[in-house]
Amino acid sequence: MTPIQTQEMRARRQPASALSRLIRNPVQLISAIILLGLFLVALRNVLPLNGAAEYQPDQFARQLIFGLAQGSIYALIALGYTLVYGILSMINFAHGEIFMAGAYMGFFAITAAQETGLLASDPVLALFITLLIGMLSSAVVAVLVERIAYRPLRNAPRLVPLITAIGASIALQQIFLRLFGASTRRYPDVGWFVLPNACPALGTQGLDDTGLCRGIDLIGGRYDVTVIGLELRILPIHFLVFALSLALMIALWLYVHRTKSGKAMRAVAEDRNTAALMGVNVDRVIVTTFILGGLLAGAGGVLYALYNQQVSPFIGFLPGIKAFTAAVLGGIGNIPGAMFGGLFLGVVETVAPSMLGLSSQLKDVIAFGLLVMVLIFRPQGIFGEVLSSKRG
Amino acid sequence: MTRQARLLWVAAVIIFAAAFSACGQQPQIVPTIRPTITPTGIPTATPEASAEATASARLVGRTLLRQASVVSQGGEVVIGLSAALSGEGFAPLGIDIQRGAQLALAARPTVRVGGAEFVVSLDSQDDQCSADGGQAVATRFAADERVVGIVGPMCSSACRAAAPIFDASDYTTISPSCTAADLSMSGFTSFNRAVVSDAFQGVIAAEFIFRPADQGGLGVTRVATIHDGSPYGDGLVRVMSERFTALGGQIVASDAITVGDTDFRGLLEDIAQEEPELIYFAGFPADAARIADQRGDAGLEDALFMGADGIRTQEFIDLAGDSAVGAYASTSIAADSNALSAFLSLYLGAYGEEPPAPFHANAYDATNILLDAIEATASLDLDGSLVVDRDALRMYVRNVTDYPGLTGVLNANGSGELSVADIGISQVRDNAFVEIAIGSVVDGSVVLLLNEE
Repeated sequence: MTPIQTQEMRARRQPASALSRLIRNPVQLISAIILLGLFLVALRNVLPLNGAAEYQPDQFARQLIFGLAQGSIYALIALGYTLVYGILSMINFAHGEIFMAGAYMGFFAITAAQETGLLASDPVLALFITLLIGMLSSAVVAVLVERIAYRPLRNAPRLVPLITAIGASIALQQIFLRLFGASTRRYPDVGWFVLPNACPALGTQGLDDTGLCRGIDLIGGRYDVTVIGLELRILPIHFLVFALSLALMIALWLYVHRTKSGKAMRAVAEDRNTAALMGVNVDRVIVTTFILGGLLAGAGGVLYALYNQQVSPFIGFLPGIKAFTAAVLGGIGNIPGAMFGGLFLGVVETVAPSMLGLSSQLKDVIAFGLLVMVLIFRPQGIFGEVLSSKRG
Repeated sequence: MTRQARLLWVAAVIIFAAAFSACGQQPQIVPTIRPTITPTGIPTATPEASAEATASARLVGRTLLRQASVVSQGGEVVIGLSAALSGEGFAPLGIDIQRGAQLALAARPTVRVGGAEFVVSLDSQDDQCSADGGQAVATRFAADERVVGIVGPMCSSACRAAAPIFDASDYTTISPSCTAADLSMSGFTSFNRAVVSDAFQGVIAAEFIFRPADQGGLGVTRVATIHDGSPYGDGLVRVMSERFTALGGQIVASDAITVGDTDFRGLLEDIAQEEPELIYFAGFPADAARIADQRGDAGLEDALFMGADGIRTQEFIDLAGDSAVGAYASTSIAADSNALSAFLSLYLGAYGEEPPAPFHANAYDATNILLDAIEATASLDLDGSLVVDRDALRMYVRNVTDYPGLTGVLNANGSGELSVADIGISQVRDNAFVEIAIGSVVDGSVVLLLNEE
């Protein structure tokens, strides 16, 4: 290539088309080819080429619902990563264990409610208490982790708190293992019945063991319905998880953008030293951040356990990593980004293996591969903004 | 690239490494530590230690190439036990094995060699049912010359990873529960098992699923298989599927899960498209319970659920709740005998509960064979120390004939197999596994016998 040609190319770059940018960057080019290939495979499976398609629309709809429920739990955890990153520019790897703590403490609350009979007599109150206890205990654990593992290292180089975060994560897992044993525990079956006048519409599906219909069971119910020609199996808990997560995320967004304390958070995120000069109590803001992250993780933990019914000291690991992936995917430090990243990851993870006709053992490969792809094209994440190098 | 982006890359790499080290179950050969039989350090003041040192020194002169375990006079003979004593869903299996070995030692607390008596003790180590764990425990035992033989490891992944390490130091292991078929075909010299290979368990499972009801089976022709990615799960599904298709059945879907994952609804949704009559899962209780539980969410609540010895624990029933009802599991079973019922009542008396998992009798037999082997092959040296020639011990176990064990009459076939017990099929009824059928081979053909109520 002669210098003149290079100059020509540079001149042409002014209205740089996406294509020419691709050609100049081999990594992006290869990624684009891979993505295109995957897209074609998915297309082949979706289109009814010879007879029926490999991948049916109602299968997609059902998996989409599973994915959204799973994704909203990822999103709740991802918000904790993003909040802490936004304020401290560090990654709180212990967050997965904070999530686990909420699920575990929620387990004790809900078992106690079951034993006292509260769960049977007033499931709404029992669930509310469970959720509250899960959220509060996660918040307490989050604050303790900040106090013990991060605050003493506030001004240390960036990689140091990263190591203590991993240490805190292992320590928490082991503490729960020693305290409560390694065996997996099962959340009790919960029935929360609403809308008793929906019974005629439910038909035989609404009947319980005794042949009685008490309404729609929001937690344990499963209903076969047909929506716009798609045969679906609806689990109200999926929508409950999704709606509750969405409500919590909106509450968080309002808190950060509409309250004074939220404004202080944003100020500290912008520039910690200047905020301190302006009279913001930085330590308090940081603790608030950890509390908020903990509350959301605890809610996620309880919802996750209600949905999957099993808790053990190890359940925080994989969801924690997935949520971190979600946070990076959406642009770490960015609240809508974390929400979007979580939902997106949950859906991709559930839908992609069957859409591409792959083993579902590969779903983690797809999830992390996706993270790499996004970082190749947008190192700052989907919603992330390019920050000045001063903060970066 | 900004510093922020670079940090994210570093973090992503760490995550990758963490995720794969947690999920990866591939056995890797690490440099093994050979047990030293040279005197280590200066003889100290205690007479016992100096006796041990001189004994080892003499041994070096006498048998340069043969490896031996040495127990000084008055010392303890140690049997190593490698099983998962913690971990999601695994612990009840490992604790059951540990109890079987403990009961064997309680009945036989010493070994007698040449007129001298040596106390036997059990050194239990947690191998976490993983390749990494099995390797770590094997390395530890191989470096401890008081350890004479090993009961375990518990899981096939750990067995496969540990075997090369034990091979290198000429140890003998008898696993009560490693069932993966290929373990006895890989040329491991240290590996033996007091349990039936999956090459047989898988066949009985396939026959049970396929045969019509009047021949003792389920009469199912459409099966979906899932395994957990372990050598045990993968191997068992392969054996079962092979036999099942040979019989004329159809494997409509087969897939695998990642251990540690908790949401299998997407996978089950795919499987549901193929409308299987039965889901066959080879793996362990925690994952089995999730799959059994979530199959209803994907519209598979009418599909039968069947697993193997890995899930035949009370833990599976507790975790899966109502969805465990009616689930089947196969396991190698001990022949009914007075000795077995005496052992079971002893077990109940000692631990206050029914065995939570199926391998207690296998562990009991494994321990006893090791003790027999020590008594038969060990010798005393001049100052009364017990010397166990590991090579002789190994040959003894590989040549066991007509050993009357709790699990049946054990005969070594020379490649590590000891057991030819029958396979029992159990079903979850009233919150417990109940044995409903027994599969055995009579004159080369498989016979299924229904248990009369």
